[in-house]
Amino acid sequence: MAKEIAGRTPLSVLVLERGGPFRGPVAYAAEMDEVDTFIRKRRAESPANGIFTTRASRNDRANPLRTYGEFPMVGTGMGGSSDHWGATSPRFMPEAFEIATHLKRLHGASKLPPDHTIQDYGITWKEIEPYYARAEEMMGTSGKAGNLNGKRIEGGNVFEGPRSREFPNPPHPMLYAPLLFAKAARDLGYHPFPMPSSTLSQNYTSPDGITRVGCQYCGHCSLFGCMVGAKASPNFTLLPILQSKKNFTARTNCQVRRIVHADGKAAGVTYVDDSGTEFMQPAETVIVAAWVFNNARLLMLSGIGEPYDPVSGKGTLGKNPTYAVHAGVDFFLDKPQNIFMGSGGMATAIGDFGGDLGDEGAKQGALRGGLIFCYTQGDPPVISNFGKIPEGQVQQNWGSEWKNAAIQWNDRYATMLSTENHFPYRQNYLDLDPTYTDKWGDPLLRVTMDWTDAERNQTAFMLKKEVEIAMAMGAVGILPRSGTRAAPLMVDNHSHGGAIMGASPETSVVNPFLQHWKMPNLWVVGGSALPQGEEHLTMTVAALAYRAADAFIDRYLKRPGALA
Amino acid sequence: MKRREFIELSSQSIGGLLIYSLAGAPLVVNAQEGKVKVPLRFFTEQEAKVIMAACERIFPANESGPGATQAGVVVYVDRQLAGPYGRDKYRYTQPPFVDSAPGHGYQGKENPQDIYRAGIQKLGTGFFELAVEKQDEQLKAIEKTHFFQQLRQHTIEGMFCDPMHGGNADMIGWQMLGYPGPQMSYRAQIGKYNGVAYRTKPQSLQQILGYPVKPWEDEE
Repeated sequence: MAKEIAGRTPLSVLVLERGGPFRGPVAYAAEMDEVDTFIRKRRAESPANGIFTTRASRNDRANPLRTYGEFPMVGTGMGGSSDHWGATSPRFMPEAFEIATHLKRLHGASKLPPDHTIQDYGITWKEIEPYYARAEEMMGTSGKAGNLNGKRIEGGNVFEGPRSREFPNPPHPMLYAPLLFAKAARDLGYHPFPMPSSTLSQNYTSPDGITRVGCQYCGHCSLFGCMVGAKASPNFTLLPILQSKKNFTARTNCQVRRIVHADGKAAGVTYVDDSGTEFMQPAETVIVAAWVFNNARLLMLSGIGEPYDPVSGKGTLGKNPTYAVHAGVDFFLDKPQNIFMGSGGMATAIGDFGGDLGDEGAKQGALRGGLIFCYTQGDPPVISNFGKIPEGQVQQNWGSEWKNAAIQWNDRYATMLSTENHFPYRQNYLDLDPTYTDKWGDPLLRVTMDWTDAERNQTAFMLKKEVEIAMAMGAVGILPRSGTRAAPLMVDNHSHGGAIMGASPETSVVNPFLQHWKMPNLWVVGGSALPQGEEHLTMTVAALAYRAADAFIDRYLKRPGALA
Repeated sequence: MKRREFIELSSQSIGGLLIYSLAGAPLVVNAQEGKVKVPLRFFTEQEAKVIMAACERIFPANESGPGATQAGVVVYVDRQLAGPYGRDKYRYTQPPFVDSAPGHGYQGKENPQDIYRAGIQKLGTGFFELAVEKQDEQLKAIEKTHFFQQLRQHTIEGMFCDPMHGGNADMIGWQMLGYPGPQMSYRAQIGKYNGVAYRTKPQSLQQILGYPVKPWEDEE
């Protein structure tokens, strides 16, 4: 948003960032340390500041996230979480945007899970496709088309929605396990393709004129900043453009606490700088892009919109939080993997279960799936993955026998995962925690969410497919795991919702241009807008942001007011 | 002021003497007999001896390679506990502290320093003098505790961390696994070693960058 507005209009754009400035690639090279960066999460938002609280149901007490632990991390500083993402970059399936209409037509309303609050986005595939293409060109996404203007192409994802353009860069090479996956999947009649990744497979110059070098496959990717700028962090793709603009300013270490508003119009924000001084920053337009859950929280703290009530189903703010449901297996192969090489988005995927699961799924109570993929993302492979041993081989997880097995199997396992549909439900919602506060004394966001039979059935369905492929790959041992976190900590970097978009102010917080229904000069951008859980969401978030920027610049500025 | 405490380690533990062949066979090259005193930041000497003995039982030297004592794991743990991590500087510590389902992670009030002090008391300050069978028995009895789970995790960290953190002395952990360290590029290798081990002499972050990096535990 900032780059489009500062680049295409004379408006003066001010970014308030709670974290520090961009540290740069040289600093990122010095952060290639598994203990400090990956395990202790030195560069993440400090949990001490207060992240959120979670619980499984509204009858439970919520506990705060005290350390990241199993939770990946929440980014902070310029670029936010997009500075350390893995860059896995699929688009959503075309019907995802009209999912309620689609599923009702396909199965009938009575076949949808009980208490669901599934709804359409208020836009169509045709409307969003050009913005997907723009996001891919800005990031230099590496991949292979499977459906170019309706023409199916083997080797790409033949199930994807029709795309107007080929990917700007060719796919990354496939490594050992993903190659085996491709062969096994093909033998089973599936359609493997290289997972799109917004880390460059080769040197690339974007339409904005930004040149970046190809990935070095250093293996320090997810949760790390990129030390060569190959990964599409906004610090590499957009910030260099903004920094040359006279109408752009970024203030770092500034925590926004409230959106100030009167008479249905935003007037600016209040923020605290790192000296603890609180300021009021007036603005003509306020754009909230504070990370998925913090978007909803900031609206709640500011008293904008009607909070969602899970009993009556009334209200929209805090509605439809979801997650990407995962199913995963770790499995063992008889050859070394060199897992220390690779990049976050490097994977081979199949889209055969990426959308509707057909009659086979419906019989098992599973309506929608997701991409299944086998990856080599070069997780820092030493500490975090040490000690993976096929089930039943050792009696305890320490001591001499365990050590021998852990060393024997080290670097000989591979991982398969699916990122899947997650339906929203009446009982899952966000509100403000009554007990715990952040370091400024504001209530933390409280996430109330639990799985239902629909997710359990869906996970079981997907897991069976994964095990089938792993066996066909010649797995010599399987370590099944639920990639899906159990309640009460069912949130992730892939969370969605809370300030959702939709066709009507009765059911959503923002209109299909991400403009607040009740406050036309307030825009809420990010994963918060997505009313359902889907695939990896970054490309969709970026596409929606481009669409919002166009609407703001081309329509709103000419005639300020509600666009829908 | 706190009296300075030291732990005496075999000189093998602090560098230059253990070498791994690329085939994975451990060669102890002419280990100099000698003792080196390493200053402690958090533990007393006695506490360090307890932790060193416990880590060695978790990750013992055996036929597949060196163990926690040779890698200097106790030095790693000592520094982590003395640093911001050990003092919970970055943990959310607002009360009330209420137990919850395991999914919520550790919800207690005690910081890692407290947990270690209490854990050492439980093992007994003479733990390091017991026969190894007795030590194993005692550890088995506490293996479900938060203290033991931390100790196990920190032992693995100390075995395979970058040497700047005090463990993985002479990169013996990395040599044992064939991990090359934080190399800046595998672009020349990518796609050429499918199913074939790529093993090169490990390098530390400092060796690769050409300058030292300040680890987090050295911050106030």
